[in-house]
Amino acid sequence: MVQYIIRRLLAAIPTLLIISFVIFAILDLAPGDPTGNLPMTVPPEVREKIRLSLGLGEPMHIRYYKWLVQFFVNEPLNIIEHSFGIVIGDGENRTRILSWATRSPVIDLIVERTPQTLWVVGLSYVFGILMAIPLGIIQAYRQYSLLDQVGTFVAMIGFSVPTFFTGVVAIIIFSVQLKWFPMIYDTTLEVNSWSNFVLQVKQMIMPVTVLAFYQASQLSRFMRASILDNLNLDYVRTARAKGRQENAVLIIHVLRNSLIPVVTLIALGIPSIFGGAIITEQIFRVNGLGQLLIIAIQGADIPTVQTLTFLFAVLIVIFNLIADVLYGMLDPRIRYD
Amino acid sequence: MRKQILYWISLFAVITMASGSWAADRGRDGELKLLYWQAPSTMMPYLSGGTKELEASSIVIEPLARYDNDGKMWAWLAEEIPTVENGGVSDDFTSITWKIKKGIKWSDGSDLTSSDVVFTYEYCTHPDTGCTQSNYYSDIVSVDALDSHTIQINFTVAKPFPYSAFVGYNAPILQKAQFENCVGAKAQECTEENFHPIGTGPFKVVDFKPNDVVVLEANDLYREEGKPAFSSVLFKGGGDATSAARAVLETGEMHYAWNLQVEPEILNKMAEGGKGTIIAGFGTAVERLMVNFTNPDPALGEDRAEYLGGNNNRNAHPFLSDYAVRRALSLAIDRQILVDAGYGFAGKISCNVLPAPAIYASSANDECKTQNIDEANRLLDEAGWARGSDGVREKDGVRISILYQTSTNSVRQGTQAFVKEMWKAIGVETELRNIDASVFFGGDIGSPDTYQKFYADIEMYTNTFSGTDPEAYMNSWTCKQVARRSNNWGGSNMPRYCNPDYDALAAQMSTTANLDERIRLAKSMNDMLMQDYAMIPLIHRGGVSAFSNIVMGPVGNEWDSELWNIADWHIHK
Repeated sequence: MVQYIIRRLLAAIPTLLIISFVIFAILDLAPGDPTGNLPMTVPPEVREKIRLSLGLGEPMHIRYYKWLVQFFVNEPLNIIEHSFGIVIGDGENRTRILSWATRSPVIDLIVERTPQTLWVVGLSYVFGILMAIPLGIIQAYRQYSLLDQVGTFVAMIGFSVPTFFTGVVAIIIFSVQLKWFPMIYDTTLEVNSWSNFVLQVKQMIMPVTVLAFYQASQLSRFMRASILDNLNLDYVRTARAKGRQENAVLIIHVLRNSLIPVVTLIALGIPSIFGGAIITEQIFRVNGLGQLLIIAIQGADIPTVQTLTFLFAVLIVIFNLIADVLYGMLDPRIRYD
Repeated sequence: MRKQILYWISLFAVITMASGSWAADRGRDGELKLLYWQAPSTMMPYLSGGTKELEASSIVIEPLARYDNDGKMWAWLAEEIPTVENGGVSDDFTSITWKIKKGIKWSDGSDLTSSDVVFTYEYCTHPDTGCTQSNYYSDIVSVDALDSHTIQINFTVAKPFPYSAFVGYNAPILQKAQFENCVGAKAQECTEENFHPIGTGPFKVVDFKPNDVVVLEANDLYREEGKPAFSSVLFKGGGDATSAARAVLETGEMHYAWNLQVEPEILNKMAEGGKGTIIAGFGTAVERLMVNFTNPDPALGEDRAEYLGGNNNRNAHPFLSDYAVRRALSLAIDRQILVDAGYGFAGKISCNVLPAPAIYASSANDECKTQNIDEANRLLDEAGWARGSDGVREKDGVRISILYQTSTNSVRQGTQAFVKEMWKAIGVETELRNIDASVFFGGDIGSPDTYQKFYADIEMYTNTFSGTDPEAYMNSWTCKQVARRSNNWGGSNMPRYCNPDYDALAAQMSTTANLDERIRLAKSMNDMLMQDYAMIPLIHRGGVSAFSNIVMGPVGNEWDSELWNIADWHIHK
């Protein structure tokens, strides 16, 4: 198993290098210019100077090499220096990946935005799972019952109605009409007292619910299908024949086996939490990683886009590996050695 | 006895409380919540040309003079506006002398002096800074500090309108002590300084989260007693314009929302709630059609849309070079429909490319205010453009078939669709095209889709100028400014309009100082462009914002920051 993990990790290195190059090349070849959003009163020669100051005067392979050094050497060194309070080499003059829009280190932007994304998107993922699993079990166990029909109907709505619709509907009902929750997420709120905690919960309810509803709709369908696959198998009949109670049959035998595909699915979905929920973040102004990415794309802020997409690629590769390993642990029939 | 003491204490308390609300105390009104759906990415206006950054930084750092909502200039950090009359501007217009108000302090307690002003000039003009506002500091030989509070700016040329450096929100004063080590290439790396500039304005930055939120608090050292009324400002960004309007007009969560490009009917409906007020400010922005005077035919290869000059322009456009066609195209447009459908509060019909300041607005072109299909048809008939079997006019094998391009934007696409229908009524065929804004305005000389290359017959966008003096703007359409291969399409004359008479007026303007004479020249230049139909103006565009009815003060401003008078904003009692 350990050998397998090491082998996979080693194989990930060339994969990630290729991915980083492809992302860089695509962004470089794509049309768009960091000075494109400037007002037209800015004359062309000033624009050219701005481009040069951003480092666009150099050929592509040099810029790619610089980015590689910054990402794989300078930034990790910086993190180490920060967390251990030591100085390695010439820390002062080490260049960092700078965003073209904010002229600040991209990694700092990402660190600043991760908490609200994890809180909102991560929590909605947790709630989504917590809703989806019991719902899927009950739906499958009582197939074609009223509850199953209603559950399927709701899941289909959740599945097919986009969050930019449910989000706005939620705002109009709960913010505009009922005035229960704020429509603007306050990222400066610090949870240091009970009343602030209440405020934090209040401002999180709408985005989390909207996203959790969407996640739960997807997962509950998988859960339901997976349980249904297992319910008719021989081992279930055997368990029942042994005289085990129905609850035990369902929870101990069926659920464990049905969870195998669902757990891998959940693991594979975790990188998307870090990707943020672009649309939901925009609607509620959570301003997390998703909003950072979309603003960077709109403003042709290539270093930010490059770094963010590459980090997502890393996460996807890692969680793919985790999903594979989990699969082996949950299902004794699968062995990697 | 005890009762008496209690009585005196309570009386004292009542008096102090009453006097507290009488004397307008700084910070008495609590938090002011501003919503800018396009969030500022830095607080350093010299490293970002975006309006959102200029707006955000304008409440912290200030220029010597500022424009109000009518485009009138007011001394801000300066004692007065220098003029020839008061001796501040030299008679030959080659230098201007500003005097800074005495006793102004930066929010860190140090004094504002002329060395800060000189430093700001050096900062922005350093070739490696990449200063986005460097055109505000052009034509300057030197900026000298005559004494601790006097600055003299010497120009390379005579500048009849010498107010661009250190004027308006594009060119505020930086603190030398803070940015001394951030000049040149270092400017990019001074993140801490760029995010927290020290200013002289009513508020100072406490916390800055790029593209998300700025937290500011009242500047205790602000020069005016009792101002600002608010103790802090929450400058929130993100989301979209519609929900920003909703947060002010429907839920009342925010006090002010900026740049509400929202469909007029939606905005009207929100305003009916009575929670807030919508304000529109009009500057010089005009949405116009640029008419291509050169032939954009791809078969021409390199010479496509290239101005070759010569007699009657050797590469003349096959049908747009005909005056009758250009005029007919303008007459056929019902501008009011375009305003109502796409702009609402944010638009008025315009027949001038120079619609403001009011003193410069010409009334000679008002013919365009009413649509006149019959006259347009008559003009085309007269000029020999006859309708073919498919209803499209043609002459000598040339069909009036227009490729009409603009940037991708739902309002613009709406306008395109309306104009296409209107032109159909006069037998003109139109093909619509839209290009992503970052490409269209991107200026990549390798791309064929930029507005500078103009590989189309008509293109539409908005242009404007900063400040209130139109000289540089009107210079955009001289022959020298024609966008062409030799200047990497860097010229500002997109129509490739070249008229010696126009150039003569421009040359005359550059040497004229008398205001009335300048007004006359600017108007006649505008009229020449309009009556030659080098451009077809459509809509005078304004900025729309909304503020909550509990706040007093916002008036909008298209000449400077919308927050220019934020020190005077207060809660309505």
